[in-house]
Amino acid sequence: MGEVTKKRTGQGKFLLGGFLIVAAIVYLIASSTQAAAQYYLTIDELFARGDDLGDRDIKISGVVDGDTIQYDVKNLTLRFTIANVPADLDEIEKAGGLAEALHIALEDPRATRLEVEYIGVMPDLLRDEAQAIVTGRMGEDGIFHADELLLKCPTRYEGDVPLQAEDG
Amino acid sequence: MVANIGYYVLVLTFLASLYGAGAAAYGALKRKPEFVESGRYAMLLTWPLLTIASAAIIWLLATGHYEIGFVASVTSNSMPTYLKVTALWGGQEGSLVFWAWLMAAFTSAASLRKWDRDRELLPWFIMVTMITLAFFLSLVVFFENPFARLWLSADGQQVTAMLQPTGAVPLNPPDGRGLNPLLRHPGMIIHPPALYLGFVAYVIPYAFAMAALITRRSDDRWIRITRRWTLVAWIFLSLGLILGGRWAYDVLGWGGYWGWDPVEIAALLPWLAGTAFLHSVMVQEKRGMLKHWNVVLIILTYALVLFGTFLSRSGVLSSVHAFAKSAIGPMFFVFIGVTFIVSLSLLINRWEMLKGENFLTSVFSREALFLLNNFLFMGILAVSFWGVIFPLISELVTGQKITVGPPFYERANGPLGLGLLILMAIAPLSAYASSTWKTIGRALWKPALVSLLVPITLYFGGIHNPTALLGYTAASLVAFVTLYEFWRGVMARRRQHGENLPLALWRLVGRNPRRYGGYIIHLGVVLMAFGIIGIEVYQTETQATLSKGEQVTLGRYVMTYDDIAVFDTNDGRNVARAVVSVYQDGKLVDELYPRKDYYYDSQQAVTIPGTRSTLADDFYVILVGLDPDSQSDATFKVYHNPLVNLIWIGGVVFSIGTIVAVWVISGRRRANKTPSASKSTRT
Repeated sequence: MGEVTKKRTGQGKFLLGGFLIVAAIVYLIASSTQAAAQYYLTIDELFARGDDLGDRDIKISGVVDGDTIQYDVKNLTLRFTIANVPADLDEIEKAGGLAEALHIALEDPRATRLEVEYIGVMPDLLRDEAQAIVTGRMGEDGIFHADELLLKCPTRYEGDVPLQAEDG
Repeated sequence: MVANIGYYVLVLTFLASLYGAGAAAYGALKRKPEFVESGRYAMLLTWPLLTIASAAIIWLLATGHYEIGFVASVTSNSMPTYLKVTALWGGQEGSLVFWAWLMAAFTSAASLRKWDRDRELLPWFIMVTMITLAFFLSLVVFFENPFARLWLSADGQQVTAMLQPTGAVPLNPPDGRGLNPLLRHPGMIIHPPALYLGFVAYVIPYAFAMAALITRRSDDRWIRITRRWTLVAWIFLSLGLILGGRWAYDVLGWGGYWGWDPVEIAALLPWLAGTAFLHSVMVQEKRGMLKHWNVVLIILTYALVLFGTFLSRSGVLSSVHAFAKSAIGPMFFVFIGVTFIVSLSLLINRWEMLKGENFLTSVFSREALFLLNNFLFMGILAVSFWGVIFPLISELVTGQKITVGPPFYERANGPLGLGLLILMAIAPLSAYASSTWKTIGRALWKPALVSLLVPITLYFGGIHNPTALLGYTAASLVAFVTLYEFWRGVMARRRQHGENLPLALWRLVGRNPRRYGGYIIHLGVVLMAFGIIGIEVYQTETQATLSKGEQVTLGRYVMTYDDIAVFDTNDGRNVARAVVSVYQDGKLVDELYPRKDYYYDSQQAVTIPGTRSTLADDFYVILVGLDPDSQSDATFKVYHNPLVNLIWIGGVVFSIGTIVAVWVISGRRRANKTPSASKSTRT
């Protein structure tokens, strides 16, 4: 902001005012970050760090195993298992994109898995090989209790075109 | 055949835009007007050419030419024609062509003005816009070709290519994969194009700003020439954001309209910079100040436009908005970087030329308050940008990815938004250069007194939430101040000219459309603020699994589950549609039909809420699921959303205000000689 920073008598109070506002904004950003920050971990990292995560909410990303999805409609209780997906973009790139990486991760029998419980509406996008991002806490029972469930389906615009139209 | 024509037209357009940029710059440097003219013709040629290419894509989409990869990926037999046509912007390749088409249209339209004394700007305007166009076209010509055919390669892979790869056989699938069901909605007709129009139109003020810097014009011609374009870009961007919120509310079924999704933020960022720009250019026009800052703002706005496009197209993020992962990410990144750095270097090089003509004198002067407004908009921009990039930064610094969610944005942006509301109440009462707290206080005390009644009434009406009380008081103050301004203006005209009320109002607005259009926009913002506070603070929800005939209660509402029907449609959906009755205070008020549509082709369900909408509140029901055993017990999630309609109504008022403000161009030309039109400081 050129004019304000220019030296001239009487401009001091504007400089000071501008400085105070900028300081206030920086404070707002810093304190809100502090208050709302969540660790974003893979399942491997979650198990590796164990208990030293303290009381914070954690975000975990993994790939949904479609066979494990159970939904109790009456109690709105959703349970499913997610398998570890590497967070490293290069590794995902090497696998041939996110969709392919998710597929590989799910097929890998050695990939660590985590059982997730979520109370609420079953999202439309929850299905096999979708990437799930769950926010919540690890329970004593070894089940991850999610308050928030986000899904990404990178296959949505990709993949092969079916060569034969389905019947019906 | 059509695909070949389309592709070669794209190649031709790419060459034309390159030639246009080169010829115009060469002509300007060597002082050869015939080259500039030739560059201009090349530029004017791009729009008809891109119209042909777009028409070719639309024809392929509408007639189901699934041998084209793009057509097969975004359309299917079961889609209605309007969605097949709008699938043009439903996928990466087509949307880039659509973007280029809009840009060619805008640049051509902007270049058809009378250039007269601004002729020196023309070649550089051509150069900047044609380089940008060439960039977008290079993406479709080399990377994301919408006309590429599907082939089955020798090793059994499906590939897309323009020419037959060796050993590959052509594929001609009978049906396509179809558009993502979430996008199969009438909103598809208007939300993406509105945003694109907004995004693309910002290239015009940006190009003029660059042309002015290159030609060392230090006056505010570039701002005056592009005033209308800036408003057009801004209104479409605003509309795109509001319509996106409405669409999410109608379709995504989480009872909200804005989720601080990175791609939403990506569209909000240029809007924030553009809104700051809209205010601060007035300071330059009136006082010859903030010249550097305005150039910075337009560069920032335009870079953020590119950044937003990049975010949704690079595969960096995936959300409802994201297209497939793509090779064009790095290209975009480089282009944004180069644009930003070259523009800023140019500004620094011309720094001395843009010295301000005045200094800030009074804290309560209009220019100081506009500056404060800019600080707050930049603050919200910084907060939002920080939220998007924080995970990347934390990973770089600590090796640990840490994210922030909606609470971060709400907590940090809330106070800044409140500050903007308060400013909106004070700034209209200030004058350029000379107001003091006394003059402001004199004009403010009456509306301030009236608006104090609002929190008192609300408090005794049972509203005790401090955020709500504070927000409603500030919003009411803006409303009263703004209406009071209208009232005083009208009364003054009545006294001076003896006009009746409607005529006085009409002339008042007509003589100073930018000012009063701005006030109408502020009133729209007030309505939206009321709505946002209403739903954010007072939204309630419940859920229940019901057998037919059972009911669930939420506040004053009771909902009974009457019936359900499950059936297939002829466009490839399986629909579960419930019938529920809504009672308010014991009286039957409505019957709603929440649905769940399952799309066979993409194996995805879409939840469509049933909504009873009134001015006071929305009763919003989602059909969560059916009990698989009984096939008739259903689970519902029910939301009560107070005042949410004010958001949409506010959006309409907001748009009307902008249309009034665009009137400034014609209004000003007519009234250029009358002193009342050019005088905008308070008397």
